[in-house]
Amino acid sequence: MKVIIIDDEPLARGMIKEYLQAYPDLTLVEECKDGFEGVKAIQAHQPDLIFLDIQMPKINGFEMLELIEQPPAVIFTTAFDEYAIKAFEAHAIDYLLKPFSKERFEKALEKWKNTGQINSMANTQKLAESMQTDTNPASHTRVVVKDANKIKIIPVSSIQYLESADDYVKIHTADGNYLKNKTMGYFEGILEAQNFVRIHRSYLVNVQLITRIDPYEKESHLAILSTGTRLPVSKSGFAKLKSILGI
Amino acid sequence: MPVSNTKLLRTRFPVVGFGIWWLFWSILHYKVLSNFGIVFTESASDSLISNILLAAFCLLIVNNMRYYLPGKERYWYVLLLSFILSVIWLAVSRGILWLIFKQDPVYTRILSLSSNIRFAFGFLMTGCVTMLSLIWYTQKEQKATTELKQEAENHLREAELFKLRQQLQPHFLFNSLNSISALAGSQPEKARHMIQQLSAFLRGTLKKEERQMIPLQEEIGFLELYLEIEKVRFGNRLQTDIQVTEEAATQLIPALILQPIVENAIKFGLYDTMDEVRIVIHASQTQSGLEVTVSNPFDPETSAGGQGTGFGLASVQRRLFLLYSRNGLLETSVTQNIFTTLLTIPS
Repeated sequence: MKVIIIDDEPLARGMIKEYLQAYPDLTLVEECKDGFEGVKAIQAHQPDLIFLDIQMPKINGFEMLELIEQPPAVIFTTAFDEYAIKAFEAHAIDYLLKPFSKERFEKALEKWKNTGQINSMANTQKLAESMQTDTNPASHTRVVVKDANKIKIIPVSSIQYLESADDYVKIHTADGNYLKNKTMGYFEGILEAQNFVRIHRSYLVNVQLITRIDPYEKESHLAILSTGTRLPVSKSGFAKLKSILGI
Repeated sequence: MPVSNTKLLRTRFPVVGFGIWWLFWSILHYKVLSNFGIVFTESASDSLISNILLAAFCLLIVNNMRYYLPGKERYWYVLLLSFILSVIWLAVSRGILWLIFKQDPVYTRILSLSSNIRFAFGFLMTGCVTMLSLIWYTQKEQKATTELKQEAENHLREAELFKLRQQLQPHFLFNSLNSISALAGSQPEKARHMIQQLSAFLRGTLKKEERQMIPLQEEIGFLELYLEIEKVRFGNRLQTDIQVTEEAATQLIPALILQPIVENAIKFGLYDTMDEVRIVIHASQTQSGLEVTVSNPFDPETSAGGQGTGFGLASVQRRLFLLYSRNGLLETSVTQNIFTTLLTIPS
């Protein structure tokens, strides 16, 4: 079985490595010092289990998980994070509070071995989502995406609009478009407070960029952005815009 | 739900009580007059007009009390107010009733004969209502004050708890303990050294008081302790460069004011960039006082304007304001990819 450790502190990685020596069936295939390395290593090795720190440079542990299509089983390691601990408990995923004992470590591995692979995967995905939506307001200021093999951090303020594209959401910015494996409803939830309005089933727009709203066919409108982009506005979307813009 | 319900009851109770009260007196009033042989229309009108007027006067008192609660001379005020109002009430009600029923000599005679009783009734009634509303509003006011006091106390307690938690820096503490735990297995000597450093640092944070002034040198020494611990945690990624001029070293500075600024710089630098992080601390004496700059690298593209990292700085700002009653002693600036915090300690 393959294991990866992702933590920015070398001593913290060393600790886990030391504890892992007691498990000959677990092979440590790579140690990563940040989420970027983590994504690459997970793709390269397809590990069975990862130990993941939360606070790390550039992208945190949850943001990293979001970039992986089918995340492996995760045991979180963290020092102190009230929000995170609440979320872990809610999703019954195991987490190790630093510093942790060897006994506690063994228990976590026991738990992982007893949980079905599919079960733990679903839980991890749910956890990552809930971390983004309700417990971590700071993470709403940016969206982390994978563009080809590069990881890009998009500040929310630079997003022009979002468009639904099958199972993905296409994020339109001045520098180009990015795809993210999320639903429109998810983005509507986290961007609501930041001037984004769902003007159409398939469009979520940054209200500040709207320069004009023109009537279009019966009961529908067109929103014209300062970039020149024209987006359809549904009947209910128009009602929302009216109440927000106060017209 | 239950809260608003009881509130509704509490405010509605005097209104309902007031109505029942007047209904009772009106019926009694009518009964007395009809017992003297006054016809129905006359006794009913007398009762209604007198009591409605008096009720209106009493409402006036209640309303008056809502905005103005008499202080120490309250008993005189109550007596005087009731006296004046009952005189006016008697004159007005008598006038109206006389105008309506002046053709009936029996009634007008009783009307003028009963003046004394009417006045006494009016005086007692207004006095009673004034007294009651006085008690009612005084109680309400007292309750509001205690509630406000309670709230203020709760806020204070929360703030103190928050400060205590801040002082303890749980994130730093637990991560350091984790490093020590890791070292204990492989390099016990280093682990012991780090325990000593961490103890010295914690002792320092506990010992120093909010208003205490210490020489910059001492503060820097304390800072170095903190930086040493962070360097064990982050290894080669964290580099520091401290430059203090000879003149500046002896200047006084509020104890522990630099640590949160440097902590902010480290967090900002370490979690916002991927490469080596160089924290530069520079202190010199200028005309405006002692100036200390702390700078760290950051990524202007992805950083959300220092969001989430600004908390430590806000508390330093508050402390400086309390000490010097001045704003602008803590300023931040950005040049390319370097974030700089400038602290000025007025001489």
